[in-house]
Amino acid sequence: MILEAKEIFKTYKSVNKELTVLDNINFHVEKGEIVAIVGPSGSGKTTLLGLCAGLDSPTSGALQLAGEGISQMNENEKADLRNRKVGFIFQNFQLLPTLTALENVMIPLELQGRPKGAEAKALDLLERVGLGGRSHHYPSQLSGGEMQRVSLARAFSNDPEILFADEPTGNLDEETGLIVENLLFDLNKEKQTTLIIVTHDLDLANKTDRIIKLKGGKIVSDQSIKSSSTI
Amino acid sequence: MNWSLIIKTAFRDSRKDRSKLVLFMSSIILGVAALVAINSFNDNLVRDIELQSKSLLGADMTVGGNRPIPDSLLMSLDSLNAEQSTEIELFSMSFLPSIEQSQFVRIKALTGDFPYYGNLLTEPASASNTYKSGVYALVDDGMMLQYGLEVGDSIKLGELMFPIHGRLLTSFGSVGAGTSFAPPIYIAGKHIPATDLIQPGSLVNYTNYYKVDNGTNLDEWKRARRERFRNSAIRVTTVEDQRENLERAFSNLNDFLNIVALISLLLACISVASSVLIYVKTKVQSIAILRCLGMKSEEAFMVYFLQIFALGILSVILGVALGSIIQVVLPIVLKGFLPYEVTMSVSLPAMIKGFVMGILSTTLFALGPLLSVRNISPLKTLRISDDPVKTDPLRWLVYGMIVLSIAGFLYSLTKSVSDAVVSTIGILVAFLVLFMVAKFVTWATRKYFPKKASFVLRQGLSNLYRPNNQTQTLIVSIGLGSGILTLLFILQGLILANVEDMGAGNQPNMIVFGIENDQDAEMQSITKSFDMPIIQNVPVVTMELAGWQGKTKKEWLRDTTRTASRRTINREARVSYRAEMDEDDELIAGTYTGVHDGGDSILISLDQRYMDGLDLELGDELVWNVQGTLIKSYVGSIRKINFRKLTSRFFILFPTGVLEAAPQFRILVTKSPSKQVTADFRNAVVKAMPNASVIDLGSILSTLNDIITKVSYVIKFMAGFSILIGLIVLISSLFLSKFQRIRESVLLRTLGAVEKKIYRINAVEYAALGILSALTGIILALVGSYLLAKFVFELEFNISWWPILGIFIFIVALTVAIGLWNSRDVVKRSPLEILRNV
Repeated sequence: MILEAKEIFKTYKSVNKELTVLDNINFHVEKGEIVAIVGPSGSGKTTLLGLCAGLDSPTSGALQLAGEGISQMNENEKADLRNRKVGFIFQNFQLLPTLTALENVMIPLELQGRPKGAEAKALDLLERVGLGGRSHHYPSQLSGGEMQRVSLARAFSNDPEILFADEPTGNLDEETGLIVENLLFDLNKEKQTTLIIVTHDLDLANKTDRIIKLKGGKIVSDQSIKSSSTI
Repeated sequence: MNWSLIIKTAFRDSRKDRSKLVLFMSSIILGVAALVAINSFNDNLVRDIELQSKSLLGADMTVGGNRPIPDSLLMSLDSLNAEQSTEIELFSMSFLPSIEQSQFVRIKALTGDFPYYGNLLTEPASASNTYKSGVYALVDDGMMLQYGLEVGDSIKLGELMFPIHGRLLTSFGSVGAGTSFAPPIYIAGKHIPATDLIQPGSLVNYTNYYKVDNGTNLDEWKRARRERFRNSAIRVTTVEDQRENLERAFSNLNDFLNIVALISLLLACISVASSVLIYVKTKVQSIAILRCLGMKSEEAFMVYFLQIFALGILSVILGVALGSIIQVVLPIVLKGFLPYEVTMSVSLPAMIKGFVMGILSTTLFALGPLLSVRNISPLKTLRISDDPVKTDPLRWLVYGMIVLSIAGFLYSLTKSVSDAVVSTIGILVAFLVLFMVAKFVTWATRKYFPKKASFVLRQGLSNLYRPNNQTQTLIVSIGLGSGILTLLFILQGLILANVEDMGAGNQPNMIVFGIENDQDAEMQSITKSFDMPIIQNVPVVTMELAGWQGKTKKEWLRDTTRTASRRTINREARVSYRAEMDEDDELIAGTYTGVHDGGDSILISLDQRYMDGLDLELGDELVWNVQGTLIKSYVGSIRKINFRKLTSRFFILFPTGVLEAAPQFRILVTKSPSKQVTADFRNAVVKAMPNASVIDLGSILSTLNDIITKVSYVIKFMAGFSILIGLIVLISSLFLSKFQRIRESVLLRTLGAVEKKIYRINAVEYAALGILSALTGIILALVGSYLLAKFVFELEFNISWWPILGIFIFIVALTVAIGLWNSRDVVKRSPLEILRNV
C-alpha cells in the first residue's frame, strides 16, 4: 500500500460559518495502481489531491504516503517527502518561467542533491517526450502541449513512487490531450509508478484501474474498472 | 541547506527578470552615491581644515579684542619670546578722488612681518613685501575692478591720501560676504595716527600676531592664562582653536548635507522595499512550484534573498563609484562658500561607510517583503488565488532593526542620544500618520461610498478599498516623498523670504555712524539736502558694566556659582537715551521711564536677552563705568527688541537727563531712493566729516541675497538627489499597483470596456491616491517646517502658498501620469495575450 487516507476531514472557517470540503474520506491505494478521482466542480477533488500529495494538511484524520504519516509532518518534512517520492503534473503546467525546459526537468534531481547525471537524465526524458530539440527553450517559447510534455518529463525525473496529476489534459485540445495521455500512461508503465489523476474527463478516467467518485466532499463510489468492485 | 542548488537556482531564476529590478538598483545607486559624495566631501573638508588652519590664521597665535591689549597682558605675552606683529582693523569710509566715489572699507594697518604662514597674494607679487615701506595701500582686487582703479591711483583714508601700491588677491580673516560689503585695504600700522580715523564710536579691532619656536606649547600656555585674558575681554586664538572654530562653522553645512544624505537613503530604502515587494509578488507562482517540488521554505527564501543581496551589493558598489565621482563636483558647487579650496580626493572611510550603510539598509528594507517568501504555500500550484501571502512574525524583528539603524545613523550625525531619539520618533510619527490616513481613507471610502455616482467613479474609488488595494503602500511612500520635498522647499523659501522682507517697503537702507555731537546739525542738513528722511538720529554712549546686584564685576567674574554669561559681562555697552520707547519694541515688564526726574534712582530699560545674559530681575541695581565716571541705575522696564527692523537697536536705554554730558557720538538712519543718491550722499558725508562712516544696508542685503542664492543653489543641487530618488519611489510604488490592477483591467477590457473607460477608471484611482498622499505629505511638511522654523531657525512662519500648490499639482499629475502610462501597457496589448501571462 502506498497511500492510505483514514477519516479525513477538511473544513474552512469563515466569519460566521464553517465549510466542510472533505467529509470523512477513507480509501487506500496499492503500489502501481492507476486511480482516477472524479466528481463535479466543488466536490473536493483538488483539495483531496492537495492533502494526499502533502501540499496541505487535513483538519483531522490520518494520511500515510509511501509508508510515512504525513499528517504529523511539518512543512519542511513534507517538502522533503515530496521531493523524494512524489511527482506532479498540473492542469496549468506550472513550469518555472525563468528556467529552460532542461532546467525545469533537472530541478527535482538537483533538489535531491543529485546534480551528477541530472542533465543527461533530463535530456533523456525530454527526448522521450519528443522535445529533445527544444531543451534550451523557455516555457514562453513552447506551446501548451509542449509545456505539458516538459511537465511530464519533470514529473518522472526524480523516479517518484507516486505521481499526482491534476487535470493533466484540461488545458489542451483533444488531439494534444491524447498525445499527453498516451505519454503519461506509457511512462507510468515503464517506470512502474502509482498514478493518481484528478479529472473531469470520463474517457481519461476509464483508462485507469479504478475510479473514485466524489460528491459534496464525500466518496460516493470507489469502483475498480477491471474487477468492478464497489464500496 | 543545499547551497549549490540555492545559488544555481538564484542565478537561473533571476536571469530573465533582472530588468524588473532596475528600479531597485537605481534607487540604491543614487542613495548610496549621495551618502558617499557627501561623506567624502565632509572628510576632505575636515582634512583641509586640519592642513590649512595655520596658514588661514597666518600665525601660531593671535591675541585681540575691540580695545587695545592692556599692558599687564602684553608683559605676559612678551615672556613668550615670540616674533610679533600688530594689526589695527578699522571699519571706515574711503574716498576715491580719481572717480569722486566713496566706499565703506575694512582697513588693516599692520606692523611686523605678518603673515608668518601662508601668503598675502598681491599683484604685483612684490607689493606684499614693499607696501609698508611708504605711504602705500594694498586695495582689494574686487573693489579695484568695481571702480576701475589701477595701481598708482590714490585712495583717501581719513585725512591721509595713499597711492595704491598693488591689488590684494587674498586677505586674512575675512570670507565671502564681508569682503564684498567692506573690502579689505592693507596699510602700514605707523600711518594710522595721521588718518585721524580712530574716534569715539569707531569700529576698531586690535590684534597681535605671534610666531613661536616649534617647542612652545601655546595651547598649554593659553590654558594657564585663559582666565586673565577672558576677564579683560581679550580673545586668544591658537592654530588648534582656529581648526575647532572652522569645524564648528562648517558643522551646520555638514549637518545639512548629512540630513540630505539620510533623506536620500531613506527614500531609496522605501523604493527598495516596494521594488522587492513587486518582485516577490511576480515570483509567488515560481516559489509555490519550487516548494511543491520539495524545496524547503528557508531554501526558497535564500534563493530570493541571494538574488536581492547580490544585486544589492552590485548596486552599492556602483553607488560608491558614482558617489566618488559626484564628490568631485561638490566642491565646484560649493565654491565661494568656503574660505579655501577643498581638495578633491576619494575618501576611503567615506566609501567604506557608504558601502556598509548601503548593504545594511538595502538588506533590512528588502528583508521585510522577502520574509513573506517563507510563507508561500505549495498549494498555490493547484489553486491560483489572489489571497495575500501570510505575513511573517519575524518582520517585527526586521522593523525593530530598521528603527534602531535609523536611530544609530541619526546618533552618528547628531552625537546626541536625545536628538537621535526625537528625530527617529519624528520619522516614525510621519510614517504612522500616513498609515493612519491610508486606513481612514480605506474605511471612509467604503463607508461613504457614492453609490449613485457614475460607473467610472465607482470603479476607480472602489479600487481604494478592494482586496489587494495599494492604498496604504502608495499613500505612505508617495506621502513621505512629497512631504520631504515640500519640507525642503518650504524651509528654503522661509529663509529667503525672511531676508527679502528686511529690505522691502519703507525700511531704511542707510546708516551713518561715528557722527560727533558738534557735527549733528551739519549731518542733518546734508541728509535733508538730498531730500532723504531722518528716520532715526540717536546718541550713543559707550560704557562698561562695573557691577550689579551689589557686587563688582571682578567679584562676579571670580564667583564660580554665577549664572551670568561672561560675554555679556565683558561686552562694551553701546547705550542710547531717549524719552519715548521705540514703537517697534515690545514692553514685557515694568514701566518705561523716558525722562529722569533728577532723583537718586535712574530707571533704565533693558532687552529681555540682556536680562537673561546677566540673569537679572526687574528692579535690580546695575553700576556703569561711563569713561571713568560710575553711574548707578536700576532696571525699570524690560523690552523685547524687534531686530527685523533695520534701524539701530539698543539693549540698554537710559532716560534723558543723565548721559547728555558724557562723551558720545550719534547714529543717523535714513533711506536713499536710488543707488545714485546713495553714492552721492556717501561722497558728501565723507568730504564733510571723514570720521563718519556710511553703511549701505542695500549692499549688505544684496550680498546676503547672493549668499542665500548660493545656499539655495546648494540646497537645490543636494535636494536633486532626493527628488530623483523620490521619483523612483513614486514609479516603483505605482508599478506595484500596476501588478495588482492588471488583471482587473484586462477583464474589464475582455468584457467590453473601451480604452477610454479603462483610462478614466485608473485616472480616478490614481488621482484619489495622488491627492490624498500629496495632501497628507504636505500637511506633515507644514507642521514639520513650522516646528523647525519656530524652534530651530527662529524665523517668522510666512510661507508662499503658490510653490506648495505647485508641488501638490506636480505630485498628483505625476501620479496620474505614471498610473495611466502603466494602463497604456494593458490597453495596447490584446486581452488574450495578457490573460495567458497573468
